[in-house]
Amino acid sequence: MKSKSRAKAKKTTRKIKEKIIERLLFASATVSVITTLAILGVLLFEAIGFFRQVSIIEFFTGTKWTPLIQPQHFGVIPLIWGTILVTTIALGVAAPVGLGSAIFLSEYAPDKLRRIVKPVLELLAGVPTVVYGYFALTFITPFLKQNVFLEMIVFNALSAGLVMGIMIIPMISSLSEDAMLAVPQSFREGAYALGARKHEVALRVVIPSALSGIVASFILAISRAIGETMIVSIAGGSTARLTLNPLESIQTMTAYIAQISLGEAPFGSLEYRTIFSVGLTLFLMTLAVNLFGQWVAKRYWKRY
Amino acid sequence: MAVKNVRRSNLTRSIKGVVVYAFCVTTILIGLISLAALLFDTFQDGLPWLSLRFLTNFWSRHPEEAGIVAALAGSIWIIGLTAAFSFPLGVSAALYLEEYASKNWFTSFIRLNIANLAGVPSIVYGILGLGLFVEALALGRSLMAGALTMTLLILPTIIIASQEAIRSVPRAYREGAYALGATPWQVTRGVVLPQAFPGILTGTILALSRAIGEAAPLIVISGLVYVRFVPTGPLDSFTVMPLQIFNWVTLPQPEFRGLAAAGITVLLAVLLSMNSIAIYIRNRYQKRAR
Amino acid sequence: MQGEVGENVSKVDVCGLNVWFKDNHVLKDIKIGIEPNAVTAVMGPSGCGKTTFIRAINRLNELIEGSRTTGEVYIGDENIYSKETDIFDLRRRVGMVFQKPNPFPKSIFDNVAFGPKIHGTDDEKELQRTVETSLKEAALWEEVQGRLKDSALDLSGGQQQRLCIARALAVNPEIILLDEPCSALDPVATAKIEALMRKLAEKYTVIIVTHNMQQAARVSDCTIFLYLGELVEYGITKNVFENPKSELTEKYITGEFG
Repeated sequence: MKSKSRAKAKKTTRKIKEKIIERLLFASATVSVITTLAILGVLLFEAIGFFRQVSIIEFFTGTKWTPLIQPQHFGVIPLIWGTILVTTIALGVAAPVGLGSAIFLSEYAPDKLRRIVKPVLELLAGVPTVVYGYFALTFITPFLKQNVFLEMIVFNALSAGLVMGIMIIPMISSLSEDAMLAVPQSFREGAYALGARKHEVALRVVIPSALSGIVASFILAISRAIGETMIVSIAGGSTARLTLNPLESIQTMTAYIAQISLGEAPFGSLEYRTIFSVGLTLFLMTLAVNLFGQWVAKRYWKRY
Repeated sequence: MAVKNVRRSNLTRSIKGVVVYAFCVTTILIGLISLAALLFDTFQDGLPWLSLRFLTNFWSRHPEEAGIVAALAGSIWIIGLTAAFSFPLGVSAALYLEEYASKNWFTSFIRLNIANLAGVPSIVYGILGLGLFVEALALGRSLMAGALTMTLLILPTIIIASQEAIRSVPRAYREGAYALGATPWQVTRGVVLPQAFPGILTGTILALSRAIGEAAPLIVISGLVYVRFVPTGPLDSFTVMPLQIFNWVTLPQPEFRGLAAAGITVLLAVLLSMNSIAIYIRNRYQKRAR
Repeated sequence: MQGEVGENVSKVDVCGLNVWFKDNHVLKDIKIGIEPNAVTAVMGPSGCGKTTFIRAINRLNELIEGSRTTGEVYIGDENIYSKETDIFDLRRRVGMVFQKPNPFPKSIFDNVAFGPKIHGTDDEKELQRTVETSLKEAALWEEVQGRLKDSALDLSGGQQQRLCIARALAVNPEIILLDEPCSALDPVATAKIEALMRKLAEKYTVIIVTHNMQQAARVSDCTIFLYLGELVEYGITKNVFENPKSELTEKYITGEFG
């Protein structure tokens, strides 16, 4: 009958409309996959071009990085080392400060205080990194030079590392605190009932139970520090150097990429291609850290 | 004998307790004082240089004449374009993952990708943009290339925030709509999206406010800091505030430090307003829903 | 347009219905014919599959990941599990009211108008007419007529549930499913809804899941007793309660379990 065929037509148009919408939404979701493939594609494509002129072995094992002066050397190890040095200093600051803050907020602070202090601490995470770079160069470095290390060079790993540490404090403190708050109150009460004191409960019961969350926060902070660009560009220096002395200038992978992007290297030249080979190294390093973090989280996460 | 030992160990424990407590309080203070020092130092250096002239002048070699207008305009352009691209893309992706996707390997793969992309350094996105948008798609060092790059950068954040907002819509609403004979899109548009919208909007604004402070990807894309014009179209070259600040910080003359600080003040003011809007939206709609 | 009493209302025939959730066999080979224009109560202890059973009639089980259904359910002479079935029109014809009232976070008017709108009604005047008719039929009109633009969430529990009933009526169904509709309500609200159900049966086929035996006895014409996913007994309520054929039924009624 007429109404039946009209109903059927209505049904088909509705079906088509739903299918189109679903396809569009699906396409948006695949952008993430395309992005990952594009990152790999771009990095590998240009890096391969780079590695036709520079041997991979020299790149990954050489200890001299001087692409912009003659004679040119393309050993990336000093850049990797610069990154590691600054990251280590940053973690050296952020780990104790972040953990201590987390313990304070979760075990000692009354609820009202926590509700004020926690968001204020999180403001540290919202400050743009260029501001941190400014702070490192114009405040921290002169301060250290005047009062502590009188022979310090203006651009050095220590200032950059310290300020980077300040920047990642909230990552460690917030995530560790969340992990600690997730520990059931019954664990604490059991310990108190045995006569334990507050600091013993915190250190011997809560932290071990929350350990996987705490470790995950560390790994996340490390990953962030490795990829940070502005602080090290402004305050860390531009000399790729293999040194254990944090008072000297160094250069991280990220700072190098920034330096050469602002420079005059022509498209397609070998110097231009270093952007991609160093970028590839950086990408693989953060990928490894992130995957490790995910593995740790999966393996040791206790659900309460 | 045993009593004496207990008393001594009680004393040790008490001392330990005080030390731990003092340590924790110190760490909190370190964090708070650092924040205060950072803000105070910046404002102190920057306020003398903050003026209407500063906001309307271009870059100049003479510090007294230099201003931030080119970078400010560039930042506004970038954020506008980025918002236009990333908002629909991010919300669509989140809707697909929460309302339409079935549990198969490809969906898990998409989720894994999003989680991993959130951890990629921002400068790598800049490199991606350089190779893909600037070179391969021949967009040059333009606002378009910059905005597309920033879109990819903040997309994972928007998707994750939107997913959370969508997930928080109670299942009962969806069931009620399906029981009336609604199609998945009718349920999404009629019930889920209106309810999740404030959360989605808040998350997007917060992501955009983070993008406004990002310099690293745009260093690679734009590479320009000596810009003396306001961009008029999406294919123009550009600079942004963090880049301009970066440039001033690295110049040797001390006056430029003051300019950098003034630029930072402007940047922080913009950031503060965006975050306040986001928090206002979240608070207003959280009250309404109850 | 609303149908006349008894018109457009078909018998529901369930033939060999089996439902699995992943590996869990929840409904086992249910075979039953449900009378039109009557209130049928579905009873049984927790976990016996009552909710799954009624959700099989509007195919809402398919929203759950890992569900599988075999068998046929006929409304009139149409098998609603056939490939040609328009599942969205099915759900319009089979309305559902849930255990916990779930009005949308919209105005009272928009809640009732939601159904007609998604099924194609655009005309503002027609929507207003439908909303008024449905609210009257759900015995809610007098209490809300002055404040249709207010949020539905401001209503009391009993009012919200009647609103959900009005919402289901607005799309002109044949069958109304109610899943323990009064379990979250106070006695006064419960009494109102029980009276409403008896009235609705004059026009629709009403199927209600209930835990409450007194309610079943008060409200229903026929009663189904399910136990562990199987149909144990079905008959006129009076007979099932006073002369149960199965020993299990008797045990349940006398309160030995459940």
